[in-house]
Amino acid sequence: MTGQSPVLRLEGIVKTFPGVRALDGVSLSILPGEVHALMGENGAGKSTLMKVLGGIHQPDEGTIYVGEEPVVMSGPLEAKAKGIMFIHQELSLAGELSVAENIYLGELPRKRFGLVDWVDLERKTNDSLSRLKVGFNARTRVGDLSIANQQMVEIARALTVDAKAVIFDEPTASLTDAEKVVLFEVIADLQSQGVGIAYISHRMEEIFRITDRISVLRDGQYRGTVNTSETDEESVTQMMIGRKLDLSRLASHHELGDVALEVRGLCCGDLFEDVSFSVRSGEVVGFYGLVGAGRTEIAETLFGLREPSAGTILLNGEELRIASPADAIARGISLVPEDRKTQGLVLGMNCRDNMTLPQISDLKAGPFVAEGAEVAIFDQYRDKLDIRTPGWKQMVGNLSGGNQQKIVIAKWLSMHPNVLIVDEPTRGIDVGSKSEIHNLIRDLAAHGYAVIVISSEMPEVLHVSDRIVAMYSGRVMRTFTSEEVTEDTLIQAISGLTPGQAA
Amino acid sequence: MAPGTLSTFLKRGAIWGFIVLELIFFTVAGHLLAVGEKTFMDLDNLLLLFKQSAPIGIIAMGMTIVMVNGNIDLSVGATYALSAVVLLDAMTWPIFGGLGDWVIPVACLLALLTGLFLGAINGIIVWKTGVDAFIVTLGAMLGYRGLVFMYNGEQPTSHLNWTLVDFAEAQFLGLHTATWFLLLVTVAMWFLMNRTVHGRNAYAIGDNREAAVNAGIKVGPHMMINFMIIGFLAALSAVVFYAESGSVNPNDGSLYELWVITAVVLGGTKLAGGSGSIIGTFGGVLAIQLLRKGLSHIGADTSTVNLVIGLILIAVLLLDRQLNVKGKGELKT
Amino acid sequence: MAKLSQKDIGGFLARQGILVAFVLFMIGFTLANQRFLDPDNVMGVIRSSAILGVMALGVTFVVISGNLDLSVGSMMSFSTIVVLDLHDKLGPALAIPAMFAMTLCLGAFIGFLVGYLRLNSLIVTLGMLSAIHGLTLAWSGGKNMDIADKAGTWFSFFGQSRMMGIPVPILIFALLAASLGMLLAKTPFGRKVYAVGGNNTAATFSGIPRARVVFTCYLISAFCVATAGLLQASRSMGSQNTVGQGLELEVLAAVILGGASLMGGSGTIFKTVIGVLILGFIQNGLLLVGLQFYVQYVVTWIIIILAVWLDIAAKRGKLWSPIA
Repeated sequence: MTGQSPVLRLEGIVKTFPGVRALDGVSLSILPGEVHALMGENGAGKSTLMKVLGGIHQPDEGTIYVGEEPVVMSGPLEAKAKGIMFIHQELSLAGELSVAENIYLGELPRKRFGLVDWVDLERKTNDSLSRLKVGFNARTRVGDLSIANQQMVEIARALTVDAKAVIFDEPTASLTDAEKVVLFEVIADLQSQGVGIAYISHRMEEIFRITDRISVLRDGQYRGTVNTSETDEESVTQMMIGRKLDLSRLASHHELGDVALEVRGLCCGDLFEDVSFSVRSGEVVGFYGLVGAGRTEIAETLFGLREPSAGTILLNGEELRIASPADAIARGISLVPEDRKTQGLVLGMNCRDNMTLPQISDLKAGPFVAEGAEVAIFDQYRDKLDIRTPGWKQMVGNLSGGNQQKIVIAKWLSMHPNVLIVDEPTRGIDVGSKSEIHNLIRDLAAHGYAVIVISSEMPEVLHVSDRIVAMYSGRVMRTFTSEEVTEDTLIQAISGLTPGQAA
Repeated sequence: MAPGTLSTFLKRGAIWGFIVLELIFFTVAGHLLAVGEKTFMDLDNLLLLFKQSAPIGIIAMGMTIVMVNGNIDLSVGATYALSAVVLLDAMTWPIFGGLGDWVIPVACLLALLTGLFLGAINGIIVWKTGVDAFIVTLGAMLGYRGLVFMYNGEQPTSHLNWTLVDFAEAQFLGLHTATWFLLLVTVAMWFLMNRTVHGRNAYAIGDNREAAVNAGIKVGPHMMINFMIIGFLAALSAVVFYAESGSVNPNDGSLYELWVITAVVLGGTKLAGGSGSIIGTFGGVLAIQLLRKGLSHIGADTSTVNLVIGLILIAVLLLDRQLNVKGKGELKT
Repeated sequence: MAKLSQKDIGGFLARQGILVAFVLFMIGFTLANQRFLDPDNVMGVIRSSAILGVMALGVTFVVISGNLDLSVGSMMSFSTIVVLDLHDKLGPALAIPAMFAMTLCLGAFIGFLVGYLRLNSLIVTLGMLSAIHGLTLAWSGGKNMDIADKAGTWFSFFGQSRMMGIPVPILIFALLAASLGMLLAKTPFGRKVYAVGGNNTAATFSGIPRARVVFTCYLISAFCVATAGLLQASRSMGSQNTVGQGLELEVLAAVILGGASLMGGSGTIFKTVIGVLILGFIQNGLLLVGLQFYVQYVVTWIIIILAVWLDIAAKRGKLWSPIA
């Protein structure tokens, strides 16, 4: 592949968000006709990098070259005009409009007087759709399509322009195997036309099946590029996770108590089925799996936010039904939710009020809120968790991600729960705060809490868990102890592979 | 049948089913109660129904595109009144004295420009300040009403132009002038929303604003145009109505926004935007007018009409929610 | 601190802008007309604002919880008509509690629909506006309602008497404002109202029963409406069916002027009272300088838009909206 000039080249891209250096001097080039995988853990900066490429974010430093020409892309439209198409991970479709209108959103073909040229629109759309071999046509309403088919509509957008480079951000996350085959054909087709493809995915088997080269990001930094044919899963994993892999394993264990929470054969619609596991006091159980594997939904069910369709939940050996979060809280189950900003905090409220929210009804002096008791709780946990804030009156919306997360954790610690469920505890948090929160989780277990940690980051799960439950599409694949787990077996388990199938 | 198709069908067809139900109910009830000599389905009665639907109906067409766009306009009643004042008063202005009956198109034009201008003010405030349309038009509802009063104090503004009255009372192919305007506006708005780039973009903005912005659709100008459309239609509604009545009280048109929104919501347009149709709104307008006439046909008074319309609006919301309930595993937030 | 940046001033104006505007208005009108700050005049303004004010207190709860209540005007007509009618039939001692009970039932119905069934509050209260108006007309038969023996009843006490030299409506308004202000600012319930309005999902994830909180807010609103109806009835001793028509929007204007966001989660009783007083004093001030009452509509329009605009401009750090 040498000698060809890249269709798209990045040089020294830096992008910072308040409190986080999301991209730190990333360079990368995509050649015409290649499929270039971009790998890295969650939070490594892949999505940010792709958004910079797609014109959604502007880099603070560095240059983007399209062909030989340095460009500044002020928006998605400009990226598109330069031949760079971005297939979003989150769907950006208008459900009430037709497939054709969504594909040509913002650039509907016109006739005179601002009329839409439906004939032209339909013809062009059906051309693209026929290449994707989908079972719907230009007139289908997008809201009536399955998620997978909606994803195909997103992909069809890329086929409508004369693209130089197409960026796929986890395109197979919601596709069935048959649909994947079609997608791979489309990619091969684009490849043969000399289009450069950037492909983000967590799924190793896909990466090794369709890509030519692999670039790896870690903590916002570029870690190198290898030819796919010259490497294997293990060395790529090594690059993604870093050399300190073995050192970051859980080293210390402490005495475990009785079983605090046990779940038997729990099902919830088509979200997850037949989930069984147990957590003892003093134990940290990690749940590892891909996004959409059903981990968060299990947590929400345990917290009374979803109605299980089958199965039993036992708390301290006693069977119970959890009808609402208030119920769960009363039983000593707490959940630090996945999305801090929308589920964990009232951003327009101050630190103290957020922290005492679940127990506000109990903090009373006569009919009024006992503000003294509130401030005491705040002070106690501010010191305990080292929350850095000018004072309790500070709006939580103004704190850094790490401190916000500590407020959420403090909110539940102050309730003295029996079982603490922590969903993605370090998402979007800088490296320093990450290890603080990891130590905190270990510390809690040492004090006898039963802790469930849900995470998509392998080092995190390896680092904090006594046992690891691996999940794949709504099912528990395997439970590991921290001694027996290896990265390979864990990755296989969450990819739905049994050991014999692994390449 | 794909999942959701049934509920979609029910939702889209519901308003027409409801209208048929009303017709049957009032016909049967009318017979049983033996009130009046005429049957409810009488042709004259129905023609009158269309005519009486016109003032609310014309505005409702504009409200549909504004709501599909993800906004709302509470100031339509005041815009209606101010345009009416301009229409009637302009015909008496000395500078138009020499025009004879040619003053009519000039006055109509001025009234329509007034509506267009008031709509544009709302639109530009929503666009440039980013204040929610609900608040902007709530304020405008007071402000424009204030302008109506400032124009002529608490006195009614009156001017009867017989040529204009003749035009308004004319019937063409059996339909009244007002009905023709309603039909014309319905067709034009249907065309605008379904066949033009502007209309389709309005849907896209209301449906998924971020996606629309990312696709390079200019959200602001589209919203502004839609506010100008509803202002224009509020003025047109005033022209159609006051051509015949010839006298406007400063409080005329208050509560119109409520009737209009009721009709539009009844017709299936979502408050959140992105979804709704002109045909549905037309159905909603007819359904309300039918309900009013029907109830009075069987001898019910205003109180029952108000009660029934209010409860039906809530029932529609409840029904819509029931049709959209997901499976048992749904997150209880 | 040597550097008081433009942003600090902007932030201060955004936070306290409504107070600043209020003070400026007062100064302006005082300069224009000496009688403006005359105690009698001030008392008169507050007294005539009391009915609107009492209703605004309740709507503040609903708005902070993230909902709307457009039915308060219509509901106030209902309360007024009902209490006037029952006065002659049952006597004032029974009529007043009966009217409160009925109004609270209406509030409970709305609260049930919006809180427990989670229907859109704008449409529900729009529907109730019409439905309650229907109830009122049905109750009165479309006729005006009058107390027959106006001299021989203590019913006029609430709207017309004075205690310690202060008109009773002002006392009731002040008492209600103080107690509801405490409820909102100082009690666990008040905290929950802010949490539900500020972030519905996070409140649910904290175990706060959203439905019950919203339901209670509508009950409070209905209670305030019933009180307003009582004041109105007692003041006029007779009423039309449409006495509260359009008040819902003036009430909402006062609440928004006080700085409560329609998105929920912000606002206070104190600021709502300021909003009510601003509306009252503007109206009065304009009358005193010889302008008609309807000029205040136009002034209110401009003030509302400016107030909300400056508020969100300070939050986003830019004057003009980023809408393309």
